[in-house]
Amino acid sequence: MDRLDQLESQSIYIFREAFNRIENIAMLWSLGKDSNVMIWLARKAFFGHVPFPVMHVDTGKKFPEMYAFRDRYADEWGLKFLREECPPIEEVDQSLPPAARSAARKTAGLKKAIEKYQFNALFAGIRRDEEATRAKERVFSPRGQGGQWDFRDQPPEFWDQYKTDFPPGTHIRVHPLLHWTEVDIWAYTQREQIPTIDLYFAKDGKRYRSLGDKDITFPVDSTATTIPEIIEELRTTKISERSGRAMDHESEDAFERLRADGYL
Amino acid sequence: MGETNVKLASINPDAQKARDLLRIVIVGHVDHGKSTLVGRLFHDTGSLPDGKYESIKAMCERRGVPFEYAFLMDALQAERDQGITIDTSQIWFKTEARDYTIIDAPGHKEFLKNMITGAAQSDAALLIIDAAEGVREQSRRHGYLLHLMGVRQVAVAVNKMDLVGYEQEQFDLIEEEYRDYLRSIGVEPTFVIPVSAREGDNIANGSKSMPWYKGPTVVKALDSFLPNAPLVDQSLRFPVQDVYKFDQRRIIAGRIESGSLKVGDKLVFSPSNKTAKVQSIESWSARDDFTPPTEAVAGESIGITLDEQIFVERGELISHEEDAPIETEVFRARLFWLGHDPLTAGKSYKLKLGTFETPVTVQKVDRIIDTSDLSNSESEQVERNQVAEVTIRARRMLALDEFTNNGRTGRFVLVDNYDIAGGGIISMEGYADQRSMIMATKSTNITRVEHGVSIEERARRNGHKGGVLWFTGLSGAGKSTLAVALEKLLFEKGYSSYVLDGDNVRHGLNANLGFSPEDRAENIRRVGETAALFQRAGMLAITSFISPYRSDRDRARAAAGDSFHEIYVKADVETCKQRDPKGLYKKAIAGEIKEFTGISAPYEEPDSPNLVIDTAETPLEECLEILINYVERNFRV
Repeated sequence: MDRLDQLESQSIYIFREAFNRIENIAMLWSLGKDSNVMIWLARKAFFGHVPFPVMHVDTGKKFPEMYAFRDRYADEWGLKFLREECPPIEEVDQSLPPAARSAARKTAGLKKAIEKYQFNALFAGIRRDEEATRAKERVFSPRGQGGQWDFRDQPPEFWDQYKTDFPPGTHIRVHPLLHWTEVDIWAYTQREQIPTIDLYFAKDGKRYRSLGDKDITFPVDSTATTIPEIIEELRTTKISERSGRAMDHESEDAFERLRADGYL
Repeated sequence: MGETNVKLASINPDAQKARDLLRIVIVGHVDHGKSTLVGRLFHDTGSLPDGKYESIKAMCERRGVPFEYAFLMDALQAERDQGITIDTSQIWFKTEARDYTIIDAPGHKEFLKNMITGAAQSDAALLIIDAAEGVREQSRRHGYLLHLMGVRQVAVAVNKMDLVGYEQEQFDLIEEEYRDYLRSIGVEPTFVIPVSAREGDNIANGSKSMPWYKGPTVVKALDSFLPNAPLVDQSLRFPVQDVYKFDQRRIIAGRIESGSLKVGDKLVFSPSNKTAKVQSIESWSARDDFTPPTEAVAGESIGITLDEQIFVERGELISHEEDAPIETEVFRARLFWLGHDPLTAGKSYKLKLGTFETPVTVQKVDRIIDTSDLSNSESEQVERNQVAEVTIRARRMLALDEFTNNGRTGRFVLVDNYDIAGGGIISMEGYADQRSMIMATKSTNITRVEHGVSIEERARRNGHKGGVLWFTGLSGAGKSTLAVALEKLLFEKGYSSYVLDGDNVRHGLNANLGFSPEDRAENIRRVGETAALFQRAGMLAITSFISPYRSDRDRARAAAGDSFHEIYVKADVETCKQRDPKGLYKKAIAGEIKEFTGISAPYEEPDSPNLVIDTAETPLEECLEILINYVERNFRV
């Protein structure tokens, strides 16, 4: 087994644990490279099926390419697809800086959707290497009633024994890609020939490394037009993956506060 | 065209190949400089994102605090405020040789669970000791826990050498003290390296200040470690994680923990002991040219279908027939406890053993281990952050391995209420594998013959019913004395009875059995079956065996049914030691007899015996009177 085989096997194990231990679970689909890999892994785990709903919490501000991708593959992959709308921006805390406000709006949309479908848990495609706060996450990560994350008191997690016992009312985030890196995602996408949105490839010297709302997501300098070139670029770059995501950078602890409040 | 060629040529041929990844955990006493060392490691290997160093420096200036490399790791607001690492955090760096995941585990005692979380995910460990402070409680505890968690590759960095003037003498003292400690728990650290994380000595680059040190830098030491490999060459262990029926296939899904299997293999499911053959190995692929595999090995998450529709469920452990796992209701464990409430003898918890979950009771806390000097103490409770040896009993059969035989199926966790509160590794010391007992009926084509004489007719003729009086208790409790005296009294009263005694049956019926846990269990099984035959023949069988294990006595009870009477001949160990009729306690205490019940092996008291005879408190004559009355009441027709 090579590194990608090991990563795949671990993710499948996590999917199967969560599906067996937790009732009423759904997957979050952001349409980005990571959540596409996540769907792919679910199909591997469940032998071609995705036996739970796949939900896109829509800000209405994604790139047109992303919507086209979503509509095509929700159908082609046979997903139980749900689209949930976020509340209008006016309803979100006005004191937040602009980009964080957009993120907070998405968090509000997420809370609403969880409430609506009474999901006990959600699969989310976050990775430890994306960002320092995510590095501290657990694979099975319990949230408070409002979706808050208490990073000060997280359950122990060892020997692939995840926390699967919860008092009623607990919401759980399950992270099947937590142990993957950005390079792993691309190498796996390449190996498995997973469809990808074109925005990730360089046009006129720029490409998107991470996709979010179009008004707060910016491309990075790049000449990479193929996956192997992206991988080569990532092996040498010192720019962080989320550098094009404005909401991370508005204050020193912006992202941590977003996450503590329930953001992915 | 030309441009495309240029592009391709610039691609590193290795880029397509995934680079090796090693996961290392960094542990040590609080304030011994772990985060600083990690920050330095990043900086010196050129692994920091652009601008990170500058932005942290600027942040420090804004706050008016001196720059520390530790701030690079401790990115969380709360941590900067408290000055200690709260949770285990992961971060990636690269050397020329390969990629690394660093798991920074906090040194503060309160956060042990995070250190365990970190250590469990790692291939190797870097343990840090402050050169000025020397070996501290947490240095030892972390060394001990790494061993318990199964981490076998350990390098030690003696940090802050700049604070002790880079003196070799100080380093040598610490190295010797710590190597001695690690050796006493069976760990041989590969490297002990003098470093200064703050100044950058012996991290990625050598040290001009310590020319006396000839060994590798931290980076070189790490590069010499190997990633954990799946246990491909061991016996097959494949826990059932789930059974799916999404389409016409009924797929048994799970991850192979060790060994391998192929289509056509005959499999055993433990503890149900059902068998079936592998019909197919199922796998999904989007590729048209995909052919399903016919073989699967350790580490792979797979699915199989079977040739027979047997009922199996999550939690069963799949193996081949010839090297199946141990089956037992009881095991011993060395565990660490993380629970808010102490682990308490007699209390129930949920056991998670692979994918199997079942309630268990802590039968006994055997000893508390002080990890700083390895001394033992006795207690009924294991407090948070303590390490102990305990005996755990389930209400149903478990399938497991000893940790020394299989690192993956020989470990477990305990759940208290909703929380994972402890983890441990399994030993079967003193306990027998029950598998051969469960699978006892080897012969086929056997039919029971109906007897011409009924049980009632025999009882009428004899004037009493047949039965088994099963005496259990410590050696020296008085079982044989009472059994023989009772036999004589019963004879005088017209009963037909016979004593089955330990030493006597070992001369004949059980002459081929020794004293291993399995042989002891078989010894009791045969006595139980023999006693049941006596009972069916209409006699009173009186058995006089220590029979210390509940599972053995339960089996004897099952053989004789309702006419089985468990009689606990009770005397405390001190009393028995003083009596010591065969001189056995003396030998056991001197270590001449191993696994002697009450001294070096457990005695499991009966849960609800039919009768208790307390020979420490009651004179012999009175004991006999109680017994006679009991027999007259229960067996006289």
